[in-house]
Amino acid sequence: MTSIITFKNITKRFGARAVLDHLDLEIPRGKITFIVGKSGEGKSVTIKHIMGLLKPDEGRIIVDGIDITDFEQEELRQYRKKFGMLFQQAALFDSMTVGENVLFPLKEHTKLPLDEMLKRVEMTLAQVGLPNMQHKFPTELSTGEKKRVGLARALVSRPEIILYDEPTTGMDPLVSEMIDELIVRVNAEIEGITSIVISHDLKAALATGEYIIFLYKGKIALAGAPKDFKSTKDPVVRQFFSGKVEGPMEFL
Amino acid sequence: MATLTIKNSVVGSVSLVGRWTTERLTNLGAFGRYIYEIFRQACTPPIRWDLIFQQLEFVGNQSLNIIILTGFFTGAVFALQIGGIFQIFRAESIMGAATAKALTREMAPLMTAFLLTGRAGSAMTAEISTMRVNEQVDAMEAMAVDPIHYLVVPRLIASMLIIPLLCAIFIFVGTFGAFVTGVAVFDVDVGIFIDRIKWMVDARDIFNGLEKAFVFSIIIASIACRYGLNASGGAKGVGRATTTSVVMTLLVILFCDVFITYVQLRL
Repeated sequence: MTSIITFKNITKRFGARAVLDHLDLEIPRGKITFIVGKSGEGKSVTIKHIMGLLKPDEGRIIVDGIDITDFEQEELRQYRKKFGMLFQQAALFDSMTVGENVLFPLKEHTKLPLDEMLKRVEMTLAQVGLPNMQHKFPTELSTGEKKRVGLARALVSRPEIILYDEPTTGMDPLVSEMIDELIVRVNAEIEGITSIVISHDLKAALATGEYIIFLYKGKIALAGAPKDFKSTKDPVVRQFFSGKVEGPMEFL
Repeated sequence: MATLTIKNSVVGSVSLVGRWTTERLTNLGAFGRYIYEIFRQACTPPIRWDLIFQQLEFVGNQSLNIIILTGFFTGAVFALQIGGIFQIFRAESIMGAATAKALTREMAPLMTAFLLTGRAGSAMTAEISTMRVNEQVDAMEAMAVDPIHYLVVPRLIASMLIIPLLCAIFIFVGTFGAFVTGVAVFDVDVGIFIDRIKWMVDARDIFNGLEKAFVFSIIIASIACRYGLNASGGAKGVGRATTTSVVMTLLVILFCDVFITYVQLRL
């Protein structure tokens, strides 16, 4: 397995609580990796470390062979250009139309002619199943549509790594299914792209993921392919998988 | 035992004061770094003309009516108040000049700043803090766009350009309000009214007034955006950020006003 992201002995504390506790983690290149765990286990903190939005208290973060731990703001800004991110609530800019939202990263970071940028916006919106939506405002969209626009915005600048922060949280089963399919399709269609999905939906991870990392108490409880999770005897993972309250898992 | 209790309470009080002072100094340091960062970013290309024009329209054009109305009534009421006093000494002819002087040096920059804090500053905080709590600012950072460059700098530049201009309009309209009161209520001769203004108000007064408005514009935009960017905690957090930002801006403006006035009068 070739890793694109490596966490070496990462610790992150908020007050006295270590959310990530000497975490060693590897994310394979070109695959769909799910980082799962119950709420408060450090999934979002992990993603923020990957993006350089948080700095670890201890340990090193290596991305694509480069140690980004001590990057300054300007270096981080350059580094973040290799990412696309879909936020939990899509985080679309309300003051902009759908088209302007998707155009935003292109306008900021490329010198392409406007008509070419607009063509790419149109193409990306079609790719996520929302053609002819450019002129609508985010407030006119359903939750599922907002997510897809958010995904189009993340994809339009053709990132090397795409991060999904709980993409199906609060969605009905049909929209969840559609988003999961979209994740798989995007990873298949765009050559070399690495997808990292933060989720607490282990079933979706088993159906969609190619590699799964299960976080518990700031550490990895289990990491491997879906088949490893299906056959695991780990009581914590099995409890999470079954969705039962009774078991060895501690609730904060 | 009693000595120990007194000693403990003294140590407790000192440590409390120490902690309070450290926190305030840390905040002040952070604010200083933030101001430095804004001006550094303002000098970093690209210049976002479209956003600056949007803000010019919002801060300037949309505040014009309230500035004209408030300016007119402030000038008229001030002239009424001092006109009555000047009448006792048969000095109604200089009431226009006194009003214009007070408006130019003090009232116009201060009133303009207060109005703009309430109208534009609060809106800036509310908008940016809503973007913060809805993860839009995080999204911007994730897309490698600096929120200070994109959100703060255009608001600051627009405020620096337009608030002194609004102050100048306030002075002009306020003086016109005083003129209407002087001519209609106190029967002051039009020629004398204008002549006395020319005699008492010079370019230095106007420059000092606009200088204050310029400094206040930096205070309004920078504090409004800072509280917006630091907001947290959903809708309640947006409300809290907006209220605190307005109160803090008004206090800083009043404090700076004393300081600037002192320096201007000394020079």
